[in-house]
Amino acid sequence: MMLRELAHARAGDKGNISNVSVIAYDPANYPLLCELLTPERIKFHFADIVMGDVLRYELPQIGALNFVMHGALNGGVTKSLALDAHGKSFSSVMLEIEIVLPTQND
Amino acid sequence: MKHIRIGAGAGYSGDRLQPALDLIERGNLSYIVFECLAERTIALAQQRKLANPEQGYDPMLELRMRAVLSLTTSPRVRIISNMGAANPLAAARKTREIAESLGIRNLKIAAITGDDVLSNICERDLNVIETGERVSELGSKLVSANAYLGAAPIVEALAAGADIVLAGRIADPSLFLAPLLHEFGWDPSDWKRLGSGILAGHLLECAGQLTGGYFADPGYKEVPGLATLGFPFADIDELGNATFGKLAGTGGMLTIATCKEQLLYEVHDPSRYVTPDVVADFSRVRIEEITDDVIAVADADGTERPPKLKVSLGCSEGFCADGQISYAGAGAQQRGELAIEILREQFSLQKIAIDEVRYELIGVNSIVPIRKSDSPDPREVRLRVAARTRDLQSAKFIIETVEALYTNGPAGGGGITGAITPVMAIYSTFIPREWVAPKVHYEVII
Repeated sequence: MMLRELAHARAGDKGNISNVSVIAYDPANYPLLCELLTPERIKFHFADIVMGDVLRYELPQIGALNFVMHGALNGGVTKSLALDAHGKSFSSVMLEIEIVLPTQND
Repeated sequence: MKHIRIGAGAGYSGDRLQPALDLIERGNLSYIVFECLAERTIALAQQRKLANPEQGYDPMLELRMRAVLSLTTSPRVRIISNMGAANPLAAARKTREIAESLGIRNLKIAAITGDDVLSNICERDLNVIETGERVSELGSKLVSANAYLGAAPIVEALAAGADIVLAGRIADPSLFLAPLLHEFGWDPSDWKRLGSGILAGHLLECAGQLTGGYFADPGYKEVPGLATLGFPFADIDELGNATFGKLAGTGGMLTIATCKEQLLYEVHDPSRYVTPDVVADFSRVRIEEITDDVIAVADADGTERPPKLKVSLGCSEGFCADGQISYAGAGAQQRGELAIEILREQFSLQKIAIDEVRYELIGVNSIVPIRKSDSPDPREVRLRVAARTRDLQSAKFIIETVEALYTNGPAGGGGITGAITPVMAIYSTFIPREWVAPKVHYEVII
């Protein structure tokens, strides 16, 4: 299934850095998101878009992760030639990540 | 416990006006904040000021002020805004003129200057963070340098009885922190309370983004009444606890989920949200629903403010040319790709000064209706070429070359458009706060 089934997201821009929050609809799924959404996974998903490092910040009390993606905005909104110069759509691109749920053992 | 109600009147320069008017009339506000200054807005405003010394403030200022000042509320809702942009003094004079034309008496308008540090920056030749160059190496490209000021000059203006405070570059959440410092007399080194005030400001500064704007995703996140989206207000008490609400009868919604999304909007390390007044810590914030459309937010923290202030440097860097043409029907994509090949060759033959160029194919249903098809090929594409050029002539050449695709390019190309815009790039540097001296000026109607 897509990450979209478990979480919502919002993208913001600052200079050449995009941050995308990923927030679990059900806080019970937060540990799963932590396990699956490693910075490496995010960097792979945004290959050809994110040129620099991806950092992850954890906010367990609100069931959210914040991904800070460096070199993601073609030099930043003030210089970028991209149609979506702010990277507003990165939130929905993030939610396309394919999730495989761990099998339940009774 | 005493609390102050602050409303969000705008989340950007061109924002809708009605939600602010509703809040002023029906919101029982003490303050309304209009946040209208994006990163490069002030650099563009600086250029308008150079062309005309009475310009350079927000282009919507007149319209907003006329509408807002026409409303009569008692007591008066005090207004705080960065609509002064590159010229707060002219913004205050214009506001005075509007108020006088409406017959308003007994009004004090404050203008805050000192964020413009261009001459200071050039004298000291600081480092540019993004490029590693010296400021002097930017040469004549550099058109503006504005330091992010903190809340202090607004607090001074409020203490002097200002009804309207017009600033240029002030950190967005500090516009909201200022009335809290003024009303509650918080110690400017009470980092926890300042962090709480910054959190409230951060949640309010994008206005409709807290109340359901930038949120809807059909089938997953439904938002009622987006066409009449209302803006939020917050009740903040002297400990810094904040409760957010919106007006009954306006569209949108205020939920734990909308607040969580906005909490992290444009935030990097949530435990270190750097502002001129405090390094705020949002990492342990709790969000709780009190009732429908009423959300309480608590447990922000903060640490000592940074010794230096961030400065935005506006640099004029040539032009952006954007040319487009559509191809639809059989072989749409192949014809679009052929057109791209033609453009590439023509640009390289001309040896024009292009710093960066990108070619792309866009399209779903702008020319032909969506139709279920077995073919994986798109039924239409819109070719877009976008380029940054050093001079206007090169930008014009790109647009003319795209236009020539009508008669010189692949079959069936239509709907050509072209636009040229100046590129205003923003870089940053940091300046010791002692080098920046904010000043408050007043226009008074007796």
